[in-house]
Amino acid sequence: MAAVLAMVARGCGGVWRRLRQRCAVRPGSGPFPRGERAVACNARGGMMSAGKSGLTPWIPVVGLEIHAQISSNSKLFSGSQVQFAAPPNSLVSFFDASLPGTLPVLNRRCVEAAVMTGLALNCHINKKSLFDRKHYFYADLPAGYQITQQRVPIAVNGSLSYSLCIDNKMSQMVTKTVRIKQIQLEQDSGKSLHDDARSQTLVDLNRAGVGLMELVMEPDMCCGEEAAAAVRELQLILQTLGSSQAVMAEGQLRVDANVSVHHPGEPYGVRTEVKNINSIRFLAKAVDYEIQRQIEELGNGGTISNETRAFDSKLGFMPEPNLPPLILYDAKSLPANMNHQQVINIDWIRERLPDLPSVKREKLVEQYGILPEHSFTLLVWQQDQNCNSRHSNEDGLPEFFENVVKQTQMKPKKVIGWILNDLLSYLKQHSLTVKESPVSSFLLADLLNLLEKKEISSTAAKQVLAELWKGKGKTPLETVKEQKLELLQDQKELEQICQAVIDGQENEVMAIKAGNQKVLNKLIGLVQKKTQGRSNPVLVKQLLEKKLSE
Amino acid sequence: MRVLSLGRWLRAGRVPPREPASRPSGHRHSGHRPQGPPQELPQGPSQVPPQKVSVEVLEHLEHLALVDFRDSEGVERLQKAIQFADQLHEVNTDGVEPMDSVLEDRCLYLREDDVTEGNCTKELLENARETVEEYFVAPPGNIPLVKLEGQKTFLQGSK
Repeated sequence: MAAVLAMVARGCGGVWRRLRQRCAVRPGSGPFPRGERAVACNARGGMMSAGKSGLTPWIPVVGLEIHAQISSNSKLFSGSQVQFAAPPNSLVSFFDASLPGTLPVLNRRCVEAAVMTGLALNCHINKKSLFDRKHYFYADLPAGYQITQQRVPIAVNGSLSYSLCIDNKMSQMVTKTVRIKQIQLEQDSGKSLHDDARSQTLVDLNRAGVGLMELVMEPDMCCGEEAAAAVRELQLILQTLGSSQAVMAEGQLRVDANVSVHHPGEPYGVRTEVKNINSIRFLAKAVDYEIQRQIEELGNGGTISNETRAFDSKLGFMPEPNLPPLILYDAKSLPANMNHQQVINIDWIRERLPDLPSVKREKLVEQYGILPEHSFTLLVWQQDQNCNSRHSNEDGLPEFFENVVKQTQMKPKKVIGWILNDLLSYLKQHSLTVKESPVSSFLLADLLNLLEKKEISSTAAKQVLAELWKGKGKTPLETVKEQKLELLQDQKELEQICQAVIDGQENEVMAIKAGNQKVLNKLIGLVQKKTQGRSNPVLVKQLLEKKLSE
Repeated sequence: MRVLSLGRWLRAGRVPPREPASRPSGHRHSGHRPQGPPQELPQGPSQVPPQKVSVEVLEHLEHLALVDFRDSEGVERLQKAIQFADQLHEVNTDGVEPMDSVLEDRCLYLREDDVTEGNCTKELLENARETVEEYFVAPPGNIPLVKLEGQKTFLQGSK
């Protein structure tokens, strides 16, 4: 578990770059440390765990139920505003408060959001879908029922593809798919604040009636990492579409995980539900913990019990009598005499879908020849930014990268290193967005041009970047001149320095001549020191090697 | 109008007068029915065995509807209510699509996404007997139903 914890303790973006061990649990480090317990995802993605006897593997099964709050101005069935953090009960209409005599009126924008999402996830869009009432009692559900689409939802049978690294280095990414059973429109409930001290619950209905898309996924995943990766990709897709801002911390994306384990060849085990997950890191952690807990419990001869399943029963449903079926059209079935505002055309929406993240990533790889994992990181980091700020879909890292590439002769493959390693670490260190970067794409391109023309070394370039970061308004060239970072162009002078270093390091020279090539780096370092970083390390290496072989 | 899906569940194990295939329904039943003794067609209360409703289903119903079938009379009344509703099965609905609502041929009106309501906190709170700083006040969570010891005895037909 320690490895899993270490993995998820890093930032969201860090999960991809600094994976140490995929789903591996070290013996003795878990919550129930007991003997050898290695849990690892095998190449096919199935997770195997050696039980006490080491003979019977367990296969974990993970399914997700996701509620995404629709990004709209007003609620699903009423005209009150959708807004996070407002004075209690200020965004509540009579319908939301379930006062008698009020009726639901469907918000067109919410339907469009659901259709967009369904199309982006390769779903079949049901041209006719129905609304139902799901009855249950809770203080934050004033009507005593929730309007949902249990029987015939708006979209069914889709899929979500996501990427994972299959080894410890970020070098090999594999694509996995999880099936989407259905997407349905439903109402959100209000919020309950439990005041145990005074034995009461305070209810705020601001959230009651906000539109949600419930996405039900088939149990195609096998561990916390896969669940986290799928949710990340979904989040990115929703943000790209604009159908939901999908910020987990603000409750715009809620994930419940269903977890069970079984032996190969046997039927699925009893599943438990993991709820109240408020971040992607915690999702991975919680799922893995639950898998481990179930394996322990079953391994000790216990059983898995499920107390929340009562909610899931087929009882308590009835059709929503106040809403006729929702009819959607496409280009072929478009009615002739209807008011445009009353018609939703699936094909029209499909034509206007933005480029999905997977398409964007591919385009970057194709256009610039960068590696898929770099393309991935570019977009993932942008996603983190979107989560932390209220402004989604700002021009960000991918655009910055493209702007630099346009303005420099350096190959994109090399530029990407500067973006992901240097620029990104500065931004993170100072908690800045790309827009707030003191180093513009123009400045960075300028600096990289100096490097490309071999006027400075890469070490010097890093120094210049550090200076530019201070934002004092100097150009790269000015900084280079000020700090005397220009590369020594005089070959003779360089040769002399190399010779001096060789003469001064007899032991190292002997070691190199004896075959220890690594010591050469030390000599190169010494030359760099003598030249105050103004020598081209490649050239220095050549010169030293030449001299040493004489 | 379709009755609450309760009806089908409570008729534990009974065989409907017609084949299920002849009644197309939009319901997605998982197919698992609560266990119960097989039942005969309703021909009068004398022929119907006392327990049609299993304990699990009853408890579940109580939880869901917050109704307390406190005594055998309550349970009996429930069973009678189900029998009464079962009369609907005497109608032949072969090849007829279930109707959800008399509005089914109407157009579902789509509203523009504009903010037109809200900001009536004071009015809303006036309806509440108790409020705390603009919050409604409710009892703490769902109070768990007390399972009376005697209840199980009634259901086992010990009366």
